[in-house]
Amino acid sequence: MATETLIWLLPLPPLLAFFLIVLFTNKSKTLSHSLAIGAALLSFVGSMVVFARALGTPEFGKEVFASSINWIPTGDTFLKIGVLIDPLSAIVLFFVAITVLMIFIYSVGYHNYGQPAGDHDLAGLPPHGATVTDEHGHQHMVLSIEPMYSRFFAFIGLFAFGMYTLVVSDSLLTLFVGWEIMGLCSYLLIGFWYGKPSARAAAIKAFMTTRVGDVFMLLGIAFLYSVTGTLTYREIFTEQTLHALASVPSGIFGLSAAGLIAVLLFIGTVGKSAQWPLHIWLPDAMEGPTPVSAMIHAATMVSAGVYAVIRMFPLLSLDPIAMNVVAFIGTFTAIFAATIALAQRDIKKVLAYSTISQLGFMLSAIGMGAYIAAVFHLVTHAFFKALLFLGSGSVIHGMEHGVFHTGNHHVDPQDMFNMGGLKDKMPITFWTFLIGGFSLAGFPLLTAGFWSKDEILADAFANGHWAILITLSLAALMTAFYTMRQITLSFLGEPRTKEAEHAQETPWTMTLPLTVLAFFAVTFGWLGIPEHFPGLGGLLPNWIHEFVGGTLAERPEILPFSPIPLLISLTVALGGLLLGWLVYRNVEAGQPDPLEKPLGFLYPFLQNKWYFDEFYQYFVVQPVIWFSEVFSSQWLDKVVIDGVLHWFGRTALSIGDVFRNKFDKPVINALIGDGTATVFQKAGQELRLLQTGRIQNYMISAVALLIVLGAILIYILA
Amino acid sequence: MDFLLQPLFVVTFFPLLGVLALLFINGEQKNAIRWTALITSLLTFVISLWVLGQFNAANPDLQLAAQYPWIQVAGWNIQFYLAVDGLSILLVLLTTFLTPLAILSTWTAVQERVKDFMLFFLLLEVGMTGVFLAQDLFLFYIFWEFTLVPMYFLIGIWGGPRRLYASVKFFLYTMAGSILMLLAILWLGVNLGTFSTPDLIGKVPAAAQMVLFIAFAAAFAIKVPMWPLHSWLPDAHVEAPTAGSVILAGVLLKMGTYGFLRFNLSLFPEAARQAAPVIGWLAVIGIIYGALVSYSQKDVKKLVAYSSVSHLGFVMLGLFALNSQGVQGAILQMINHGLSTGALFLLVGMIYEQTHTREMAVYGGLWKITPLFGTFMLIVSLSSMGLPGLNGFVGEFTILLGAFGSQAYGSYWFAILSAVGVILAAAYILYMFQKMFLGPAGEITQHHELKDLNWREIATMLPLLLFIFWIGLYPKPFFDLMAPAVDKLLIPFLTAVK
Repeated sequence: MATETLIWLLPLPPLLAFFLIVLFTNKSKTLSHSLAIGAALLSFVGSMVVFARALGTPEFGKEVFASSINWIPTGDTFLKIGVLIDPLSAIVLFFVAITVLMIFIYSVGYHNYGQPAGDHDLAGLPPHGATVTDEHGHQHMVLSIEPMYSRFFAFIGLFAFGMYTLVVSDSLLTLFVGWEIMGLCSYLLIGFWYGKPSARAAAIKAFMTTRVGDVFMLLGIAFLYSVTGTLTYREIFTEQTLHALASVPSGIFGLSAAGLIAVLLFIGTVGKSAQWPLHIWLPDAMEGPTPVSAMIHAATMVSAGVYAVIRMFPLLSLDPIAMNVVAFIGTFTAIFAATIALAQRDIKKVLAYSTISQLGFMLSAIGMGAYIAAVFHLVTHAFFKALLFLGSGSVIHGMEHGVFHTGNHHVDPQDMFNMGGLKDKMPITFWTFLIGGFSLAGFPLLTAGFWSKDEILADAFANGHWAILITLSLAALMTAFYTMRQITLSFLGEPRTKEAEHAQETPWTMTLPLTVLAFFAVTFGWLGIPEHFPGLGGLLPNWIHEFVGGTLAERPEILPFSPIPLLISLTVALGGLLLGWLVYRNVEAGQPDPLEKPLGFLYPFLQNKWYFDEFYQYFVVQPVIWFSEVFSSQWLDKVVIDGVLHWFGRTALSIGDVFRNKFDKPVINALIGDGTATVFQKAGQELRLLQTGRIQNYMISAVALLIVLGAILIYILA
Repeated sequence: MDFLLQPLFVVTFFPLLGVLALLFINGEQKNAIRWTALITSLLTFVISLWVLGQFNAANPDLQLAAQYPWIQVAGWNIQFYLAVDGLSILLVLLTTFLTPLAILSTWTAVQERVKDFMLFFLLLEVGMTGVFLAQDLFLFYIFWEFTLVPMYFLIGIWGGPRRLYASVKFFLYTMAGSILMLLAILWLGVNLGTFSTPDLIGKVPAAAQMVLFIAFAAAFAIKVPMWPLHSWLPDAHVEAPTAGSVILAGVLLKMGTYGFLRFNLSLFPEAARQAAPVIGWLAVIGIIYGALVSYSQKDVKKLVAYSSVSHLGFVMLGLFALNSQGVQGAILQMINHGLSTGALFLLVGMIYEQTHTREMAVYGGLWKITPLFGTFMLIVSLSSMGLPGLNGFVGEFTILLGAFGSQAYGSYWFAILSAVGVILAAAYILYMFQKMFLGPAGEITQHHELKDLNWREIATMLPLLLFIFWIGLYPKPFFDLMAPAVDKLLIPFLTAVK
């Protein structure tokens, strides 16, 4: 099959699966998940074929796979839709295909396939367990299957369609289509357990917050179109168009047209990738099932935000102000979110803040112009963060097993302080989680995270961005610290609760994806070892640099090696890990967080996320609601607008009365006689009937009025 | 008698045959009455497809004209003149498409005076089709006023508890605006010697344009309705029976925006250019205001009604961008709004028929009990808030492109601020969906044996969904129908710039 045809087809299998499940197979759980996984597998195979052909194409980047058709006509031209695979989208396609397939498989185990239906389970609530009787006649509780199992697979199918569409699209328009479809799926899946008020609130919060960003992005797209007349990447990134965009001032904040468009598009990313100040939705999004957190809120959708900025890099890099905005937001978010992660107790919340922080690293890299480092970290992060989320889901599952065993439902299976010692109970989960965690922390040489993060720091150093270097190093230190805190609290030491004692390893459908992702969380980093790295450099070619660099018109230069950023990387990673272990290794059951005392008032400040939720509640949400309910609806609409209208109505009536009493009765009656007067009198009565409710009559007088007015007009004009 | 075979004459007046047939049916035979009305409206739709088949999309001019001298006394030159072009063909199809669906929705909902109801409904269809086809100003005015009467009775007789207030407000308000338009029409006909729209193009003296523009705009702005002339709309919608709301939102409001397009833009281009920023600002205010007020509603029908104020604001914003994207987007958005809001009113009507309440607070958890109803509602809601892949996005996006590139507006702020409405649209739609469909079961959901959609209701919804997806995924055929006519309309604005 021609590669272009194949690319067109890539997003379709999951969409087809979505429709088939919704329309036909939703009664059968087995058929539904087979369809979804089969579709993901098809897209995966197709993606790998495309990827392999991309690898096999010499000078890939100058040569790309592309094709397009007409979609919306706009005057003389057409908005086109089309597909494009260049090195950047090829590598994104690679990790998307793998993570999506793994997460689909994982979902089977996560939603307790093969377990009995729950005793009291309801659609819209997580399964509460089923009672089974074993061969000895003992009754005990086991996990029960998700009641809306099929619906889940339908939704993630639709999501995968959105993500594939975004990756293969050749223009901002189709990128935005995929972007919004994912936003919808994110909303539906965060609110998957819509019986929980917290899940409903989180779903709306996520949709609304990202929507704010999306609308700015849409404006950026519309603005770009009105200036250049195209939305296709390859047409925008021609020298001529870029030059024109850079030289036209936008008239807003001293930005060039290129800068304004880039900033507008970037606001879309701020929403989608949960960057400060629109970060508030992502931690709440953890209300969704864990595969959703792994796929949408770590590996694919939030990465898509960063992908969009990387994609627009040729445009963004034209305007230094826009670059600084991106660098600032990224860097600030990186450290801001890392501080919050330090004080969270929920295993998934830690990962959520860590995701926000890592995405900040990538954007910071882009803002510095470190294109390849950003792409590199995007890919490695997708692998190890998906791994960590799936691992945390596995942990929660194991803990839930323990909760059913003891029957004490007051124990929160997501609170790390209730865990401990899971290493022996859940060995596969432990080892894979350890790999993912070390990769996130940047454990030297072995893990992928080390190489990609090191690259970002090296870039900051080489280009003299000292403030960024220092901030990111601190953030990296905190990252290593909270990661080890998480590992230590969950897996090491002794179990702190009975539930943790009875935790159990999860089925193969969950551990297999963990193992596959762990493989990539280590090895993928080896593809990007700098050439001049002491000892290791040059053993493997720096494939990332070679391949991804081909996307840009000019290949970025290879950085000179310097030991200083390397030393920083080593220190923060190892130091953070060691500190984390030292502080948390001896936490007893019921003991408060050892950080609580030394941090003092800072601890609640961090635990409450710098009080941003409260800030938005008082300064954005409440005022808008007041504006809507009190100002617009009650006052402006009812009192002012309708008030003016009713005043007109009353005035017209009283004028009618005046006519009748002051003109009709005395003048007409007296002068012309009763015949004419009767007609007017009748009209007057009709007018008054309006007040008594028999208003049909009014229609007649209105028509009469019309005729009179028309006659007057004709008289005047003639 | 050859006019009897003119396609446009037939499509306009065919429903009168149904009216005639209904007169001979006993009022007690309700099903016979319903079937007669339904078949009449379906045949009308088929006839409109026949018209579409004869329509040449590449031709930017008026086509299929049925033109006869009519009232030719005292120097007045009034013609009976029907014709169609790319500006109106889609609206005619929308009218004939929505009418059978609306009739289908009354099958069990309307039980009293069924015969009168159907009579008014078919008469209304004649009026609406006539408005979109009439090319003689006088004839147009007659159709325009004629639509008021059946709608007035539909609200006044079959409406809710405050129907009297609502129907009078609707009637008086619209009438008040129309009177100014009538004066302007008479001025044009008397001074320029013809009432025929195509003959008047380019003839109106620049000095008189602004006054005439305002007189026409008064009638149309109330109909659209533009902020701040919108307050009749929520009352009329809430009190109207479901089928009435569908037609009111789906077609009657479009008569206002169509009027701007057909008369204000083409007859008074100078004035249109001058007025564009003012109308643009009112449109932007309407977009935001409608969305804000929507959000605070407790009654779901009122929520949908106010959302119309917001959506029609988008249409106006597109029209007065005075460029190809803006106007094409606006015409498409008229169709989109007819489909999506029509579908929303139908769905609200379906649940109201079972529960007799529209208070959102008493619902909750509906999705669980009526999954099909919930799914339809979700799709239609998403279409209404402009999710890509569905029809609303294509319209809104094209309008935004138009507003951004508009020289008539000359500022990016129109587009930027209108986008706030897009954010708020998500807020009120999700709020509604969450209140009614998710969450714990409310009073109604607990105590009523609620049934999911039946076959008749599904049949009513499916055609709408088909077009919601079709326009969302592949809008090209729809744009192709209007593009040449829009380009022709915009010639005066383009040449003026150069």
